[in-house]
Amino acid sequence: MVTLGPFLKRELRLLARQKADWLNPVLFFIIVLSLFPLGVGPEPNLLRIIAPGVIWIAALLSVLLAAERLFKDDYRNGVVEQLVASRQPLLAFVLAKLLANWLSTGLPLVLLSPLVALLLNVDMPSFIAMLLTLLLGTPLLSLLSVLGAALTVSADKGGILLALLILPLYIPLLIFASAAMEAASMALPYHGQLAVMLAMLLFALALVPVAVTSALKINVS
Amino acid sequence: MHFQSWAEFWAMGGYGLFVWLSFGSSYVMLAALAWYSHYQHKQFKRQLSAKLAREKRIKQYQEQAQ
Amino acid sequence: MFKWLHPYAKPETVYHLCGRLMPWLMGAALLLLLLGNIWGLAFTPPDYQQGDSYRIIHLHVPSAIMSMGTYSAMAIAAFIALVWQVKVVQWSVLAIAPIGAVYTAIALITGMAWGKPMWGTWWVWDARLTSELILLFLYLGVIALSGAFSDRQTGAKVASLLAVVGVINLPIIHFSVEWWNTLHQGASITKFAKPSIDPSMLWPLLISILAFKILMLALLCVRLRTAILVNEQHRPWVKALAGD
Repeated sequence: MVTLGPFLKRELRLLARQKADWLNPVLFFIIVLSLFPLGVGPEPNLLRIIAPGVIWIAALLSVLLAAERLFKDDYRNGVVEQLVASRQPLLAFVLAKLLANWLSTGLPLVLLSPLVALLLNVDMPSFIAMLLTLLLGTPLLSLLSVLGAALTVSADKGGILLALLILPLYIPLLIFASAAMEAASMALPYHGQLAVMLAMLLFALALVPVAVTSALKINVS
Repeated sequence: MHFQSWAEFWAMGGYGLFVWLSFGSSYVMLAALAWYSHYQHKQFKRQLSAKLAREKRIKQYQEQAQ
Repeated sequence: MFKWLHPYAKPETVYHLCGRLMPWLMGAALLLLLLGNIWGLAFTPPDYQQGDSYRIIHLHVPSAIMSMGTYSAMAIAAFIALVWQVKVVQWSVLAIAPIGAVYTAIALITGMAWGKPMWGTWWVWDARLTSELILLFLYLGVIALSGAFSDRQTGAKVASLLAVVGVINLPIIHFSVEWWNTLHQGASITKFAKPSIDPSMLWPLLISILAFKILMLALLCVRLRTAILVNEQHRPWVKALAGD
């Protein structure tokens, strides 16, 4: 835990230098969302109905897009190998990656959610539900995409493969998040869905870092 | 035997298309998998023995040349 | 127990064991499959509600059960491969995956062919069909991941890790899909009434399930033998085998 600080500082400095890494996914999120009204028509009621699913699918894809390059540079210039070879606990590195990934992709989505609500004509109760689900769900998105990035770090063909692996694992999150927003739009209680999302987040938080470290170890061996 | 005639058996009480479609496609897929697995095995063995024979020939040639 | 199991971890032993077992397993599987299916197709009475279309059950249920069974077998093998680093088990993870994928595809196709006369459409977002579809995606992910590495060993290990992750996720996915399905239950969809199966229908079904299980083992034997040869091609015993 002592080493988490330097790792995190390094990640944040890297992000500050390579702005495209986190700006592009955010831009992608907005563009995908604005494509939907163009595709299905600008009818406000229709938009309100499809908003939960659309927002969450766009969020999934944009986080996935950011995840692809997560470990690639560190793998290429040998940082991962050095960390595995040295007796440094890899866990701190992984946790720093996770936190930096969430700060750079999950948090912007949460901050952008008012704008999204305006674009898709989401009413106030649904907006609050959307904010809550994004707060609970984006860390889980980051966890799973970090796992996917670690699995495919030394693969010859990254991009599409990563999506193929990780998208099926996102399904429970997609179901519960959009169900919570739907329940909110019908003025029904949605504590249950939020509780399930929290449970999934904690479960993933316990297991994913372990899986990520072993995936990294396999990839450099 | 539940059916009275072959024609009745193939018709499957009007559901013939669906029943035979599913049975046919399933058998085809299983057979394809079995055949392909077998083919891969044979193919690799052939490739390997060809490779070994080639190595042997090269060795013989080198010995002759010396 | 490990002392007793140890010789079986040697690739050469496994190769010959699989070679000896394979014809018997394949023969038994074919015999049982034919027996179960002919019995189920011709010698059982039709269902009083679904008529003769229910006979698809003799492929749908065995393949659906064994698609999940194969996934758990793969995940157990993957776990063993990751923890104890047994080479043969590692290769068998990759050898099982395509079998499971084909079983899942069969379950999906037969499910669709059954759904058309029962529900009136080829595809319904029913909980069980959706779970099967996601299972197919998981299988395809394992297969795609294992082929994406230039180093075969790394591919096998990473695919094993993904299989373990998938098996942890599978119950969560399954229950969330089930819950989602109850939420979106349309009025037009009538579920299959869970019939209490008549024993005359049950026996051929059980035989077919057994046949799929044995067929999985037989195909695994064939595929594992290839994998052993590919991975051990520089060993003397393989060279001796291929030489003559």
